Amino acid sequence: MNALSSTSQALQLRRVRQRYNRISIALCSLATLFGVGWLIAILTVLLWKGISGLSWMVFSHTTPPPGQGGGLLNAIVGSALMTVFAIVIGTPIGLLAGTYLAEYGREHRITSLIRFSNDILQSAPAIIVGLFIYEVIVTRMGHFSAWAGAVALSLLMIPTVISSTESMLRLVPDQLREAASALGAPRAHVILNICYRTARSGLVTGVLLAIARISGEAAPLLFTALNNQFWTTNLSGPMASLPVVIYQFALSPYENWQNLAWAGALIITITVLTINITARLLTPRISAF
Amino acid sequence: MSTALLYARFSDPVFYWMTKIVAFSVLFLLVGLLISLGLAAYPAFKVFAFSFFFSSVWNPVTQTFGAGAAVYGTLVTSLIAMLIAVPLSFGIAVFLTDLCPLVLKNPLTIAIQLLAGIPSIIYGIWGLFIFVPVMQQWVQPALIELFGSISILSSVFSGPPYGIGIFTASCILAIMITPFITGLMCEAFEKVPKVVKEAAYGIGCTTSEVIRHVTLPYTRSTVAAGIMLGLGRALGETMAVTFVIGNAHKIPASLFAPGTTISAMLANEFTEAVEDVYISSLMALGFILFIITFVVSALARLILKRLERKQKT
Repeated sequence: MNALSSTSQALQLRRVRQRYNRISIALCSLATLFGVGWLIAILTVLLWKGISGLSWMVFSHTTPPPGQGGGLLNAIVGSALMTVFAIVIGTPIGLLAGTYLAEYGREHRITSLIRFSNDILQSAPAIIVGLFIYEVIVTRMGHFSAWAGAVALSLLMIPTVISSTESMLRLVPDQLREAASALGAPRAHVILNICYRTARSGLVTGVLLAIARISGEAAPLLFTALNNQFWTTNLSGPMASLPVVIYQFALSPYENWQNLAWAGALIITITVLTINITARLLTPRISAF
Repeated sequence: MSTALLYARFSDPVFYWMTKIVAFSVLFLLVGLLISLGLAAYPAFKVFAFSFFFSSVWNPVTQTFGAGAAVYGTLVTSLIAMLIAVPLSFGIAVFLTDLCPLVLKNPLTIAIQLLAGIPSIIYGIWGLFIFVPVMQQWVQPALIELFGSISILSSVFSGPPYGIGIFTASCILAIMITPFITGLMCEAFEKVPKVVKEAAYGIGCTTSEVIRHVTLPYTRSTVAAGIMLGLGRALGETMAVTFVIGNAHKIPASLFAPGTTISAMLANEFTEAVEDVYISSLMALGFILFIITFVVSALARLILKRLERKQKT
């Protein structure tokens, strides 16, 4: 009697557990479909509206007034210029600081303070960085400038590069460093020639991912580089950039501006996705050692 | 001295000091950020004192400013976005690590990572042109009718279906931070040793029981830290929210009404602010936002550090 009831209880329990399991699996699968569905929805609309707004004029004309044809040339060039200078400023700083964290200052207490600051800066909102650069550079200079925009972008880039550099350099086995030192190489030589070379693809991946992040940022440029309706390559003045122009055009009631905004959005997304995919293609080579 | 000797003698200290100075400048950067924002915000705090934090009046004409509406909007949109995004991310992460057929695993993981890399302005523009009309014409009227008869919730889901508003902004935020949190959770779940999971399966646990009793307790701190990082990201998000929040300087009772967030207010009004009090009030808003994200990130770090210490002993 007892054995029978415990068996049926066990069967009952098993059924409940299995039903719970099936519901959980169904919910998780639904969640994934939901999540991937949004990706497909966003990319489809972006492709459709973006391509219909694209034309050779987008790459050969500057931003138009409402109602007229035109393009995004000054915005694209402005974005490219500011991103290049942000990379030039941000990459060495990020690499050097990350090197210090990984090589020289590994165990010091103050290094953990630096890492803490880096984490805080990494999750600082982009618009706050823009405010900071406004206070420090724009008010001092007296006017908006592309230099301020580039510095703001580099400030966004530096924490990311620092943390990726540090983790990539930490992956390099200490035996390599010890072997090089045993052969008489100075510490700097060991780091520059052994560690950097070994972790090269990882370092490049980190920098590429940081570049992908800053390519799409509009908030820090809103009050540093402002915006510019005309063609300019003068870095000491306001300069147009693709994300800010998209922001301005998308919120406007003019249809030609909105079409240009979609085209610009497509250009940014393709750029960012290309950089991301390139970075990921480089990643597998790290496991070589 | 020959170049080789010079290199051997001086490359070390030069390189050491170069890296050290640059690394310490990161520390000074954070301190400088805090100080410069604080100094710029100080005039507003001096004029308005404590009422600045709670008043929802934002009147550039009479030069009376209060952060209440913006702080409310920031906190509420982020909270609702997390309520939507965290279960969603959890489900996706569980699917990707445990339930997914191996053929689909790589493409889906890459898809989620790419989604996490899409700039937020894309979410904003897509939200404004595609999501808002859907909300306005189908979702919001349905919800208003559904909750209209329940007296407690009716005021929360009331009002004309604008389409834009706090609820829509929360949804867009949720869509935006889901891939981010999913990536962090996936990383955490992958670190669970397979032997422990296989042992659990071996004694007859179902998949959901393995997740509940093995994976989750093991990754609890990392998941908590990941959620806090996602919260930090949602709090500071500008572009995705500015397009769809509606930009109304008040604390609305209904979730469907337009509101504002700190970052949306900064993005919209900073370039138009002329008077010193106005600029200082906006800087004060930025300062408040930075403090909030500072606290959230610091908490996340603390949780992770405690986990590291526990795992080392």
